[in-house]
Amino acid sequence: MNSTPRDPESGARRRFLASTGAIGALGIGLPAAEAEPSVQAGESPVQRLAVRFTLNGRPCELELDPRTTLLDALREQLHEGGTKKGCDHGQCGACTVLVDGRRVNACLTLALTLEGRKVTTIEGLAREKLHAAQAAFVRHDAFQCGYCTPGQIVSCVALVDEARRNMPSAVTPDLHAEAPLELTDDEIRERMSGNVCRCGAYANIVAAVRDVASGGGA
Amino acid sequence: MNDMTPLVGRGIDRVDGPLKVTGHAKYAAEFALEGLCHAVMVRTTVPAGRVAAIDAADAKAMPGVLLVMTHENTPQLPQKGEAAFGPPAGRKLTLFQDTEVRYNGEPVALVIAETFEQAQEAAQRVRVKYEAKDAVLDFERAKAHAYKPEKMTHSPPDTCWGDIERGLAEGEVKVDHVYTTPMETHNPMEPHATLAHWEGPHLTLYDSTQYVAGVRETTAKTLGIPVEQVEVHSPFVGGGFGCKGSTWSHVVLAALAARQVKRPVKLVVERRQMFGPVGGRPCTEQRVLLAAKRDGTITGVRHDVISHTSVFEDYTESSTQPTKSLYGIANGHLTQRLAQLNVGTPTFMRAPGESTGTFALECAMDELAEALAIDPVELRVKNHADADPSKGFPWSSKKLKECYAEAARRFGWDKRSPAPRSMRDGRWLVGHGMATATYPAHMDKCKAVAMLEADGTYVVRCSTQDIGTGTYTIGAQVAAEALGVALGQVRFELGDSRFPRAPVSGGSMTAASVGMAVRNACLALKEKVLAGAKERPLSVEVEYGPKGEDEAKLAMRSFGAVFTEVRVDRDLGIVRVPRVVATYSVGRLLNAKTGINQLQGGIVWGISMALMEESFLDKRSGRIANADLAEYHVPVNADIGVLDVTVVDENDVAFNALGARGIGEIGITGVAASVANAVYHATGRRVRDLPITLDKLL
Repeated sequence: MNSTPRDPESGARRRFLASTGAIGALGIGLPAAEAEPSVQAGESPVQRLAVRFTLNGRPCELELDPRTTLLDALREQLHEGGTKKGCDHGQCGACTVLVDGRRVNACLTLALTLEGRKVTTIEGLAREKLHAAQAAFVRHDAFQCGYCTPGQIVSCVALVDEARRNMPSAVTPDLHAEAPLELTDDEIRERMSGNVCRCGAYANIVAAVRDVASGGGA
Repeated sequence: MNDMTPLVGRGIDRVDGPLKVTGHAKYAAEFALEGLCHAVMVRTTVPAGRVAAIDAADAKAMPGVLLVMTHENTPQLPQKGEAAFGPPAGRKLTLFQDTEVRYNGEPVALVIAETFEQAQEAAQRVRVKYEAKDAVLDFERAKAHAYKPEKMTHSPPDTCWGDIERGLAEGEVKVDHVYTTPMETHNPMEPHATLAHWEGPHLTLYDSTQYVAGVRETTAKTLGIPVEQVEVHSPFVGGGFGCKGSTWSHVVLAALAARQVKRPVKLVVERRQMFGPVGGRPCTEQRVLLAAKRDGTITGVRHDVISHTSVFEDYTESSTQPTKSLYGIANGHLTQRLAQLNVGTPTFMRAPGESTGTFALECAMDELAEALAIDPVELRVKNHADADPSKGFPWSSKKLKECYAEAARRFGWDKRSPAPRSMRDGRWLVGHGMATATYPAHMDKCKAVAMLEADGTYVVRCSTQDIGTGTYTIGAQVAAEALGVALGQVRFELGDSRFPRAPVSGGSMTAASVGMAVRNACLALKEKVLAGAKERPLSVEVEYGPKGEDEAKLAMRSFGAVFTEVRVDRDLGIVRVPRVVATYSVGRLLNAKTGINQLQGGIVWGISMALMEESFLDKRSGRIANADLAEYHVPVNADIGVLDVTVVDENDVAFNALGARGIGEIGITGVAASVANAVYHATGRRVRDLPITLDKLL
């Protein structure tokens, strides 16, 4: 299957920006596609500030409007659309990414706060082949529309690590138990509850996470 | 995996799975176009009246702002923007053609700027002055002026059969109660989004939609341009559930804005903006009266429904529909009425009518079973409809009795102690409830093209949509099986208006309609190849035109049985649902893995409807008071327990050659009643007003 029109003569394909993930790309002042004059805004007096961080193992340098969230920097400036915007209010988890290995909502993180940090998104998980969590989600059909899926998978990766480090959750029965913490289905449900799946694939998500946590996978 | 088993039906992994889990599946807002700028909607803050003045000077002076579009500078459209009216695709839109305000939250201006941040901030600087009018925001008040709608989607508003007066008179036991369901909002995870791009007279839209062809035709007609000049792409859709079946205002506004600024425009609807301008489920008030003999024979049913609509368009939540067909009742009288409120027009939401209707009817059945002292399953089996009672047609295929038996067995229904409040586990009151699920079987005309390429691969195309429903996967399975080739030799492409026309992904009809078009195109192509056709690419396009019930003289419906266990905290009223067991009669499941997943998703929606969902309309301002995902409650993972879902072995070849009836909506039906009946069994408290929140149990 194919996500975009295949016809090589298609105008639609040629209209796509050839490069995605352009480092240092700015969202302003791009030349208009039309031959006839298009509307252009005046010179922007908005101060733009530089930020350097590591994105999926590669250095990334951006000059940003200080209001820009990490989520919008990823989606609008870097054209890394894998991290999804579901609510823009930290209520749905679709934008979950790892910052220095911990899961955060990219929509609640101002991009300028990331100086020197390491950011991992869904695009950074697969190397030669799918990450074990990605493979488990496919195998267990742990999604339908796929829009919450990148956030779910990033949460799953972080969750397994949190359990290894013996971080308790609200349903952990014994806070003083020795590591590693056992990821029961109740623990998985609780720890995956920051990621809403409106399609309701929760039963399969639990199965996929259980599979990953028990060392199964690709 | 056994390669000898038929490909259709096999639970293969979703073919678009790898794209989705790697983040490489592209949704509407993710297409990077050169020169793209960003639009943000400004919305009204009063529920009725007119716009007296818009002061956009401050907004226009903000850095990066390209245009503030209002009624003052928006081009006049044919028929004031209503040229394409005709649901489901064409709705009454707000396109800045006049100054009237019809609800709070209605679009009133659009700010277009270089960046999203600039557009967002400038949108807050647009000042609108209103001449406010009195608004109708109280359903109780609106009901006084309820009226009979001119029409409903699939049937007239009122249905009568037999002799209702006689039917009621024959009844020795009657239950007669009023049930209500609240306004709800779909909230797919991906908000609506449109990218509009003009190249001369040619408009390309990247849109998150359940109806590619509908967006194309509606947008063209609304703008007054030939349909050939509009192209729509929607390769991935982050959920729909009904709200993306129509072309709402933001789609046309994005196109208008892009034409004015002569650049591609991206308009992403904010989460809070999804409560109003893109539809929602209307509230219902439903009176159900059942009359029965002592032996359990139901002799008459009345079902009278009032639902809300907007002040500018009729949409009817057809909750009486399941009552028409679910039980073999000789006498019935069903009515639908509408009451207008100053809110955005409601719309189709997962199992429209059937989800709300089965809540009322299946709670009433539980109440009747108790009044008769008959087991709820036994009462339903006794009144099983061997033919469709309202039309008299035999069923194309129906295995509901098997569903009751199988689900009851797996649930352990025989261990239930019938008296309310008779089962406990520590501080938890335990309740077991059940209900019947049902949804009509629909198909619509659909085209598809099958091609054999020079390199020996097969490409099958259809403009249809995969909104998480598995269309990519089952389309490929059906195509490969019809062609008699391996799955890997076939590529099934969809979500593009240049492909042959498909109907809306709604009414649970995509699997059957698209599946049959794909199958027939592939069979026709195979025939040509076998006949020795040498040209490459070799291409065959077909149109599948299904027979309706009246033509086929058959009644077509899916059924199921849903059993639920609830636990209610005896002091706090907290309700938990540790398990749901359900068995469905839905024809042939085209993919066991994606199919069961979708049915489970429907059950999650049913639990959500039963216990959580409600859009709160503030009766003073007309605002939705809980317009975000923190306050509008939907289940998270910890809210969902074990979902044990199966289907009975069935192949409905009288409906279509694939034997499949469609499963997108039946999963939600019956669940809310099953939960409510279980809550009654646990607590002795009958809650007839959804959602069953803990305050109603204290």
